[in-house]
Amino acid sequence: MRAGEKTAVIKAAVGKTPVSRSASLVAVLTAAFLTAGVPDRLTAQDTTAGKVVYGKWCAGCHGDQGDGKGSAANYMLPRPRDFTGAIYKIRTTASGQLPTDADLMRVIDEGLPGSAMPAWKARLSESERRNVTAYLKTFSAFFKDTSQHIVPMKFSSEPSGGAQAIQIGRQFYDSIHCRKCHGDQGRGDGPSAYDLKDDPGQPIFAADLHQAWRFRGGMSTTEIYRRLQTGLDGTPMPSFADLIDKKFLTDEQLWHLAQYVRSLSPEKPPEVRDVIHARQVAGALPQSPDDSTWNRVDSYYFPLVGQVVRKSRWFEPAVGAIWVQALHNDKAVVLRLTWDDHTQSPDSSWRKFTKRVLETMAGDDTGTVAPESWPDQVAVQFPTKVPQGTERPYFLMGSNSDPAYQWRWTSAPRRAVTGLAHGIERFDTLSHGDAGPGQVTAQATFDHGQWRVVLTRALATADSANELQFAISRAIPIAFFAWDGSNAERDSRMAVSTWYFLALDQPTPPGTFVSPVIAMAVTLGLGMLVVARAQRRKNGSAA
Amino acid sequence: MRTLSSVAAVGAGLLIWVAGGPSFTSAPSGAAGGTVSGKVKFVGKAPANPEIDMSEEAKCAAKYKTKPHEEIVTVNANGTLANVLVYVKSGLPADAKYPTPTTPVVIDQQGCMYHPRVFGIMVNQPLQIKNSDPLLHNIKAMAKKNRPFNISQPAAGMTTNRTFSAVEVMLPFECNVHGWMHAFAAVLPHPFFSTTGTDGSFTITGLPPGTYTIEAWHEKYGTQDATVTVAAGPKTQDFTFTAK
Repeated sequence: MRAGEKTAVIKAAVGKTPVSRSASLVAVLTAAFLTAGVPDRLTAQDTTAGKVVYGKWCAGCHGDQGDGKGSAANYMLPRPRDFTGAIYKIRTTASGQLPTDADLMRVIDEGLPGSAMPAWKARLSESERRNVTAYLKTFSAFFKDTSQHIVPMKFSSEPSGGAQAIQIGRQFYDSIHCRKCHGDQGRGDGPSAYDLKDDPGQPIFAADLHQAWRFRGGMSTTEIYRRLQTGLDGTPMPSFADLIDKKFLTDEQLWHLAQYVRSLSPEKPPEVRDVIHARQVAGALPQSPDDSTWNRVDSYYFPLVGQVVRKSRWFEPAVGAIWVQALHNDKAVVLRLTWDDHTQSPDSSWRKFTKRVLETMAGDDTGTVAPESWPDQVAVQFPTKVPQGTERPYFLMGSNSDPAYQWRWTSAPRRAVTGLAHGIERFDTLSHGDAGPGQVTAQATFDHGQWRVVLTRALATADSANELQFAISRAIPIAFFAWDGSNAERDSRMAVSTWYFLALDQPTPPGTFVSPVIAMAVTLGLGMLVVARAQRRKNGSAA
Repeated sequence: MRTLSSVAAVGAGLLIWVAGGPSFTSAPSGAAGGTVSGKVKFVGKAPANPEIDMSEEAKCAAKYKTKPHEEIVTVNANGTLANVLVYVKSGLPADAKYPTPTTPVVIDQQGCMYHPRVFGIMVNQPLQIKNSDPLLHNIKAMAKKNRPFNISQPAAGMTTNRTFSAVEVMLPFECNVHGWMHAFAAVLPHPFFSTTGTDGSFTITGLPPGTYTIEAWHEKYGTQDATVTVAAGPKTQDFTFTAK
């Protein structure tokens, strides 16, 4: 396949999928907004106009009465905000104080990353957003109580960071016991994490501090510092402002803690790239999840979403993303899958959490399910053959007539199998005798809230009717599924991706690497020559 | 900010007290009035309280000779029930005002438990939250009629003062680091309340003559009301909770 064809295939592949659905919803909503003809001279803080906006855009989740019990609410965790209590997570005010109008507007404008609350800035006019802010305040008597203080806290500006600041931050991470909930390495796997509830008593995860782009209040160091100051009311996350008053730490040290937390995540939110490039290596492939070779292999990020197509649906999967690395040699292909998970399931101490999740998410879709100690799982999906055109099995585990070929790994028993999925309901394991070439070998490690699983299979197998034969330089469709057993995930209650591609790259001719180096050296040499001549001339004229 | 203002309020209160300010010249109305006292009996088999797994907190676990249990239902040796808050629910004159005590009610976090677990406090009376454990507690006040808050105390000796401006029965507290830690406060506009302890008795003093609804509240067994007519002198009113 030529390069142009490959791109076309890839573009066609990013069709109607759960991931793109939210994007198309955005498009529809934006179109509706553009054609609605919004009057732009509404009185500011007009609650009557705000009610109209609220009824149209907000009530579906937050309910007509503002109690957070809209028709879609039962599918969400965390649940939509109940406005009647006036308890808000993202504020600039002290713990227990009401938010300012600007605080409320900001959440409406920017949304709450990592939750179902979208950003409305591009969809509603400023007056609409202002009016709806005024309207949602009418749901709580607290906003009418003039004795309530609504004073933004005085925040200092960020001191300089760097390695030493981060080190100080880490010391305070330990001394104020952040690890109790967020875990030693910050992945929300601390010893108290299994028992966390929000105000309505629903299960809540401690934030994974390695995924700052999912922080509700924003991912900047400044925002993290503010959350440490204000706490997230309604959740287990307390305010640490008193610690400064009590001289337990200084304001600057609190900043350093924020800088440390920020340093755990990449500078920018990870970007999705559609094609995983698997480099060809000459020798043996790394089999251990912590082989140092992996540090030098490009990592691809893929977001996962809940499986909401087939019953029982699952709207709030615990695994939000998976990172994939791939290599091959002339005999085999190896994938390392890395994902954050609060628990190494099955874990009996998390049974209570599992039970709460099932109770909270119970509904027409999920029905009544008794909690069990389910394992963590991951599945990698391919078609049975490398497709010639854009045809691939149905992304959701194929169908009876067009099955998908899968590798499935479970944490207990700790093993990988291969098989054919005929839709979500049916998975037929393929047998390979004793370590036949169709076998997938697995090595896995669970490390402070993160799974790293290495899966290896021969490029070619005997069963070419059912098992994908890996070919070099072809766009091989690939998709991923993940289950967190402690989050009550099993069978159709899972996280899914859309189809992406795996490309086993040809070995790079040595010249490809050498020629740029030579070109750079030549350019550098010529440049220095020019500079040297100019200097000489300058010196000459000065003399 | 709130801490500061509460501290200021305490300070101001002390000044007034020292100076014999006008708001404190009269004792709470009917200080010499009637007394309602009694016992809260418990009938039936007490349910077992859940055992607490303190393995993650060795410094707390070390304070207990036997495995600690949650104190949801504490039945005393004499067959009475502890941690029942008894208070005047209604019957006081609507316009009656009672001075706000400046002495704080102290809730101590010790051995990864709240002491006391159940208590009464007056509106705007300071609540001193104290940590006697050398580890992190967060204190989450899950108020509905007052503003809720959630603050942290990561070291022994830390104290924080807070006040509640509205009547609220009951206002739950919890620690999220230690999911077993629960406490309950009745925020009341008057001083007529009492919590049962190890002998299961309560005493409410200084009630002006009148007819009152007295309520007994327990976190598991709910509430029981009794109508009591008080004249000068003592009056007995017992309550009985039955195992479910």
